[in-house]
Amino acid sequence: MTSYLLRRLVYALVILLAVNLLTFMLFFVVNTPDDMARMQLGSKRVTPEAIERWKQEKGYDKPRWHNPEAPGIEQFTRTIFFEKSVRLFLFEFGNDIDGRSIRGEILDRAGPSLALAVPVFLVGLALNVTFALAMALFRASVLDLWGVVVCIALMSISSLFYIISGQYLVSKAFALVPISGFSGGWDALRFLALPILVGVAAGIGSGTRFYRTLFLEEMGRDYVRTARAKGLPESAVMFRHVLRNALIPILTGVVAVIPTLFMGSLIAESFFGVPGLGSYTIDAIQSQDFSVVRSMVYLGSVLYIVGLVLTDISYTLVDPRVRFE
Amino acid sequence: MKIVLLWSDGLLWGLVLVGLLLVTQVRRHEHLAVPWRRVGQSRVAMACLPVLLFFVCVGLLDSMHFRPQLERAPGAAASPGTAVAAPAAPVYSVEVLSALDQVLKTLRASRERTYSAPLATHAYVKESIDRPDGTTVREFPRLAHAGMGLAAPVTPASVAADLLERGAIGALAGGGGWMLVMLLLAWVVRGEGGLLAIVRDTTSLRWRAALAALLVLLVVTGVLGAWALEYHVLGTDKVGQDVLYLALKSVRTALVIGTLTTVVMLPLALALGIAAGYLQGWVDDAVQFVYTTLNSIPSVLLIAAAVLLMQVFIDGHADLFQTTAERADLRLLFLCVILGLTSWTGLARLLRAEALKLRELEYVQAARALGVSSLGIMAGHVARNAMHLAIITLAMEFSGLVLAEAVLSYIGVGVDPSMISFGSMINAARLELSREPAVWWSLAAAFSFMFVLVLAANLLADAVRDAFDPRVAGLRGAR
Repeated sequence: MTSYLLRRLVYALVILLAVNLLTFMLFFVVNTPDDMARMQLGSKRVTPEAIERWKQEKGYDKPRWHNPEAPGIEQFTRTIFFEKSVRLFLFEFGNDIDGRSIRGEILDRAGPSLALAVPVFLVGLALNVTFALAMALFRASVLDLWGVVVCIALMSISSLFYIISGQYLVSKAFALVPISGFSGGWDALRFLALPILVGVAAGIGSGTRFYRTLFLEEMGRDYVRTARAKGLPESAVMFRHVLRNALIPILTGVVAVIPTLFMGSLIAESFFGVPGLGSYTIDAIQSQDFSVVRSMVYLGSVLYIVGLVLTDISYTLVDPRVRFE
Repeated sequence: MKIVLLWSDGLLWGLVLVGLLLVTQVRRHEHLAVPWRRVGQSRVAMACLPVLLFFVCVGLLDSMHFRPQLERAPGAAASPGTAVAAPAAPVYSVEVLSALDQVLKTLRASRERTYSAPLATHAYVKESIDRPDGTTVREFPRLAHAGMGLAAPVTPASVAADLLERGAIGALAGGGGWMLVMLLLAWVVRGEGGLLAIVRDTTSLRWRAALAALLVLLVVTGVLGAWALEYHVLGTDKVGQDVLYLALKSVRTALVIGTLTTVVMLPLALALGIAAGYLQGWVDDAVQFVYTTLNSIPSVLLIAAAVLLMQVFIDGHADLFQTTAERADLRLLFLCVILGLTSWTGLARLLRAEALKLRELEYVQAARALGVSSLGIMAGHVARNAMHLAIITLAMEFSGLVLAEAVLSYIGVGVDPSMISFGSMINAARLELSREPAVWWSLAAAFSFMFVLVLAANLLADAVRDAFDPRVAGLRGAR
């Protein structure tokens, strides 16, 4: 197990290096820091001196890969690649455009993001699995048929519609909760109720349909036929056999998703004014703050890889058939 | 008139051509036609067909672009000194129009000053109006292009009567068109029993469902079309543009994103997925590494980063583009490429797993024993037998891409701001609901057009999956 984990860790590092190289290519090779400076300063008052000053302030005035003027090892450390990309491995993200520490911002904003993403995820999961189980239990009946149609219809609605109409109905027409904003402590519940509701509603169509297919696939397996042949009642077949076996893919899927919850939900957060990582990312995209976008890309891939490793581990824990080689 | 062939136009029409070629190919080979016939036996899928065809027609009409010739101002050509003005080279407008613009000429030209509600005759906000007797009153001004045929005191009753009359004519026209289609179809299926078979729903393809959907579609189009000649059926937006026009123009953007992305995605997924599964070894490792890396980056961020960079490039090379339409088109294509690069991984993974399975089968081993090259086996045996996965994925991907466009444009990393799309409509209208009274029609139009398109695509994709996926056939047996 240890050697397996060690191998995964090395693999993860290689992937992170590739991610870093890719984003470095995108941000510094396709476009030069001069382009970035021109964009940030606005095209009107751009003089070569202003560009030089901006690059110096942000630390983009060094060579990209190799600095022949520096002594010794600094030939490689005093370069943009080292300072902007390699340092990400140490979670040293540097400062955003307003000069605030990105790491500090991320730590501050992870809380609100999780306060929104975790309830949406858990409530959504519970509802989706329940509905899917009901549809699988009454498969090929009127309930199931219409359930699938409703799911497809719900899936066909843009997520923006859920947010915009939800906000209009609940906050404006009925004036039940605040339209947007956030505060700490229990007060946050008032602000989060609507985004959570909207988030759950938006995911119910695709989620239910996904788990229904999963249950139906499980029900087509041989052990289910055996259970029926033994004369077990349908409820026992469903709950004691199918549900327990279907829990394996459900649980491992959940484990893969959990780390990425940290990233927050992009649109919902910015729409409802939740000061989380999602709205931070949107703001960075809109103000074209490349260092924040790069940090979030890195953070996202770290969390994704953590999810992958956790999935592997959880497989061995819940499914005795799977062993590490 | 000067024909303009935008890149996306060429690709879209090329796709139509390839589609037609594939259809003839499928018709000629029974084993290829069987699953498609199963799709045609699904009533839901057949009902979706006319709806999707309607959207495709709108999109294709909107993909024939030209620049109209400008009429010279009289007197400007003949400069004072020369007796006869030399025939100068024609001057073309910088505005690129499409055939759809030509069809919807009335909608495009009937521009109001600002918001107006659907079917309204008066504007949404009060303005100060100077009376002929010198006094000024604040009231809702009459719209310039709505209900012009109505007699002077416009009352709700007179508007309703006018709408009823026009609507009836439109509905009749739609119904008449439908009758024609029905008769044509009855003639086409005369071998199976013609009209009677359609009514009894005994035709091999479920034409009755398609005709029912077509009836609804044509009547609605007829009524809306009749109204649109004189009214703003879906109101006007902030700058007074007809919302119905905007919604119809958005269709092309959605179709381009939904289809051209797959052009990027499919070759990548096919080549890499099958090569990884069939060849294994270092190819497999490399492909898996690439897609794990791509997957690990949150796709919205990757798209955002790439689009921002594209923006920097466009800003720096403004001289490359003659018109805004060309610039917007390039950005649209680039968006398709980026979406394709981020979304091929799912299909590649499926294909890899399928190739792993197929390579152990007897007929592949036989081909190998007979000395068929790896490339030949991959193209001739593995790819062909894994094609159902590609078809299912493409069908399901389409609706996701249409929805993704709206979200991306909403964040500001989608299509060019000058390009009309569902996302840019929603983005422009995002604060309109908070006005008093709420301006709901832009959002409603964008969301409902998008909903109908995506729902039809989703239902069809579901039928396609049922018809092509062998696992679903297994599930059906288990019931």
